[in-house]
Amino acid sequence: MDSDDLIARLARDAKPVRRLAPPWMGALAWLAVAGLFMGGVVAVVGLRHDLEARLGLMSEQLNLVFAGATAVLAALGAFHLARPDGDARWAWVPVAPALGWIAGMGAGCIGEIWRGGLVMGTSFECARFIVGFGVPLTLSMLWMVRHAALTRPVEVAALAGLAASAMAALGLALVHHLDAAAMVLVWHGGSVALSVWVAKRWGTKALAAMGPRLTH
Amino acid sequence: MLTATFDRMDMTADRPAADARDMRWSALMAAAQGGDARAYDALLRECMPQIRAVVRVRVRNAADAEDAVQDTLLTLHALRHTYDPSRPFKPWLNAIAERRAIDRLRRAGKHNRRETAMDDAPEQGTEAVGTARLEAAELRAAVAELPESQRTALRLAKLEERPLKEAAAISGLSVGALKIATHRAIAALRGRFGDGQR
Repeated sequence: MDSDDLIARLARDAKPVRRLAPPWMGALAWLAVAGLFMGGVVAVVGLRHDLEARLGLMSEQLNLVFAGATAVLAALGAFHLARPDGDARWAWVPVAPALGWIAGMGAGCIGEIWRGGLVMGTSFECARFIVGFGVPLTLSMLWMVRHAALTRPVEVAALAGLAASAMAALGLALVHHLDAAAMVLVWHGGSVALSVWVAKRWGTKALAAMGPRLTH
Repeated sequence: MLTATFDRMDMTADRPAADARDMRWSALMAAAQGGDARAYDALLRECMPQIRAVVRVRVRNAADAEDAVQDTLLTLHALRHTYDPSRPFKPWLNAIAERRAIDRLRRAGKHNRRETAMDDAPEQGTEAVGTARLEAAELRAAVAELPESQRTALRLAKLEERPLKEAAAISGLSVGALKIATHRAIAALRGRFGDGQR
């Protein structure tokens, strides 16, 4: 087809469209959905019995703040990057809190070694929780940013995975009793990394399936 | 990023004119988002030189470049709801054009690699294939005529390329006997086909 004919055809098809909400509004909407989802989980499972004591600890406060900041900034970054003219630097914004979060977990491990040895064990429950809740939360965000399929699918899918799994890890910290820092690092950190990888690997396909397609 | 370069080029060239054009395009797009077909038609036609300029920086081949331009138009159409009229129009347009140019380039690259691979492959006419098949059949017959121990040694040590110890263990021969059997098998085949067949 000739480009002039294509333009004429597209102009004939110029139905009114609803403008996309600003990125902050999109991120807020997703955070509200994710918050409600995690709130529901907390309501069903119940808060961990020693939550009050844990929240008194500086390390735990920092862990929660960094996990929360990672979720919020990754969500905001995904909504910004999903726009064709979104600033590419948004991809790096959640890196700082994510590093802080990992560093906090690592510092916990060093503290544990100092106090007399790492406590290690398996906690598939954590992985199940983070991946299990991370996947639907990722999909819900991918649906909201499906227009990114035609511009930056990989970056947006990875950020969606990070936001979703950080949110799930935050929820997990409120309900699950797991104090051993090394286990938190391996099972929480590992599950988040796995979720981001899965989102990057398969999220682009999910975006392609949900998003608009180019047809002549 | 190239998009930023285009924006800078435009601003240094004739900034007031570029600003006025951007504002016009932005207004046309806002009208198009509301369903104004004439504004949309005018916008797309006015944008074509800009789209072509962005695409041609990356895609040299004229036919591929025109395909990338059309892909850009289609993407612009599919994503027109993502444009925010409070922001400049050109960075939005350039980002889409650049993305489609990169995609087209990748596709062309894959296609070219496939073509190169085909060109590099040795040409085999039907005659050559027929001769090769005949030779293969003769070789199979010659191998079948070898004594059992030599045949097994040849298969394990040469065709399946197993380590000597492993081949010896499977065949039940000692490593020394396996080496001798392999050597004799090869010598027998050479004797039959001559040195030129090696």
